[in-house]
Amino acid sequence: MDINRVLDKKNYQKYVKKNMPKSKFLKECAMAFLVGGLICTLGEALDDFAEYTLFLDEAGIGTFRSAVLIFLGAFFTGIGIYDVLGRYAGAGSIVPITGFANSIVSPALEYKWEGYILGVGAKLFTIAGPVLVYGISASVIAGIVYYIIGVL
Amino acid sequence: MNYINAFLVGGAICLVGQILLSKTRMTPARILVLFVTAGVVLTAIGLYEPLVEFGGAGAEVPLTGFGYSLAKGAFKGVDESGILGALSGGVMGTAGGIAAAVIFGYLVALIFSPKTKK
Amino acid sequence: MGTRVGQKTVRFDKMPIILSTAAVAGNAEKTGPYGSTFDIVFDDDLWGEKTYELAERKMLIKAIETAMAKAGLKPDDISYLLGGDLLNQIISAGFAARQLGIPFFGLYGACSTMAESLMLGAMIVDGGFAKYAACATSSHFATAERQFRNPLELGTPKTPTSQNTVTASGAAILSSTGDSTYPAVTYATTGRVIDMGINDVNNMGAAMAPAAAETIISHLEETGRKAGFYDHIVTGDLGTFGSELMLRIASDAGYDMTANHLDCGVLIYQGNELMHCGGSGCGCSASMLCGHFINSMNQGTIKRILFVATGVLHSPTSALQGESIPAIAHAVSLEMGCGS
Repeated sequence: MDINRVLDKKNYQKYVKKNMPKSKFLKECAMAFLVGGLICTLGEALDDFAEYTLFLDEAGIGTFRSAVLIFLGAFFTGIGIYDVLGRYAGAGSIVPITGFANSIVSPALEYKWEGYILGVGAKLFTIAGPVLVYGISASVIAGIVYYIIGVL
Repeated sequence: MNYINAFLVGGAICLVGQILLSKTRMTPARILVLFVTAGVVLTAIGLYEPLVEFGGAGAEVPLTGFGYSLAKGAFKGVDESGILGALSGGVMGTAGGIAAAVIFGYLVALIFSPKTKK
Repeated sequence: MGTRVGQKTVRFDKMPIILSTAAVAGNAEKTGPYGSTFDIVFDDDLWGEKTYELAERKMLIKAIETAMAKAGLKPDDISYLLGGDLLNQIISAGFAARQLGIPFFGLYGACSTMAESLMLGAMIVDGGFAKYAACATSSHFATAERQFRNPLELGTPKTPTSQNTVTASGAAILSSTGDSTYPAVTYATTGRVIDMGINDVNNMGAAMAPAAAETIISHLEETGRKAGFYDHIVTGDLGTFGSELMLRIASDAGYDMTANHLDCGVLIYQGNELMHCGGSGCGCSASMLCGHFINSMNQGTIKRILFVATGVLHSPTSALQGESIPAIAHAVSLEMGCGS
């Protein structure tokens, strides 16, 4: 028996796409909105704390908020809770900066048995690397464009 | 009121991410890269600043906010030291966050081990 | 000596028997509906070892040792060990063979390895080259996850078609002599690599279903048997959606297997919604065969099964380079009352 005689590739792919179990889109969106929103609200509270209790300036507030959220993201990844949250929250826990911390810690943790240089040290940047490459490159290009417009 | 705005804006940005995740099956790495780049671009064309003014942390905590800080830093660098500021400004504006990510990431990886979940 | 009966199928005339089997499984499998059928279970996925890779190797060694002990054999009695796993350079099997000291054939058939090893082992034994051969394979959730997917702690949702790599190992000892009270390997149908252009790495069932259908139908055509001849046609790890697809392809081709088809991937975690489409991995079909199915045959509750382990032959590199997912399925027919 030759499967290719009874099954057409294109039709099969179409059939699979149409009939595969789908995720609950609206529920996923609601969870992402809720969790993402809550993490940002926590960020806002940190801003207030930095401004009114620590009396930091604008740059200080930003750094304080980022550092605390990154710490929380890293810590909850370490104790094995962040991935459980991500299972339900989807982008709600990927997109905030806590998710960035999770993407740094999780490969580093995973590869600690491969040593501290090529394991932890190198894998720390598995996902953070591309983020920095594209983010920094884009900012340099934006800066150059801004400079040129300023000169003109 | 600030909290509600932060919740709404942050939630909405994450919602965009979720739509991409569900509909295009993009991996988290791609979503993070896309969001940081989008943050830079939106800031450069002046669309992100109003969002930050309205949403506060709601616009700054998502990775688009990281892009916003990078772009804002680059512009500040250019204002202060010309073309070379375009190179140094972005990282300077976000240095605290990047260093925090590296050191906390490293420390947590030293202390904990990965676990399988039930 | 064996006889070729078709393009893909051989018949074993001496009918090597399965002298003993053993299955080792982790916690998620232990708490599943077949938890009591495994010989050894453990709770912590590290199983007292330093790394998950070492834990997987330990599972494989324990499975082989337990199967040998049940048959009253020592490593020196076994002429060949045939085995493989999912890790790069099949390190679980290679390192297990290092410890056991049995002459070793390393196999990579991904999740089809159990059927592949049984088939080749039966050929060796039937051909008169060995009195005893051991066939074994393993998979571990944590080691497979890091190799094929994401770090364990990365917070990313699973898609509804995803399957969970089973933490388990299975081993079977084949023997050239034994009476009809043991299950015998009677036929083997070797699958071709089939690729229908599916490229979603979270939808392995869809990639494997056509391969499974082709191998099963080829087996039935070439042996002249009907699907109903077998108590069960047992596929490896198609999962719920993959099983649906396979049954549909078969029914379109004129074969109805809905009555007796079972899938190890569906069975092993039945009732656990977190596992989405079910289990996968070499250890999935291996532990279900070497535990539940062979036990049931030995107890006489089932007499004949067609064991069809299914596997995908892609790698993370091929997936990143945009290649689709090739799949394979191998079938071995196991029957009671045939041994010589």
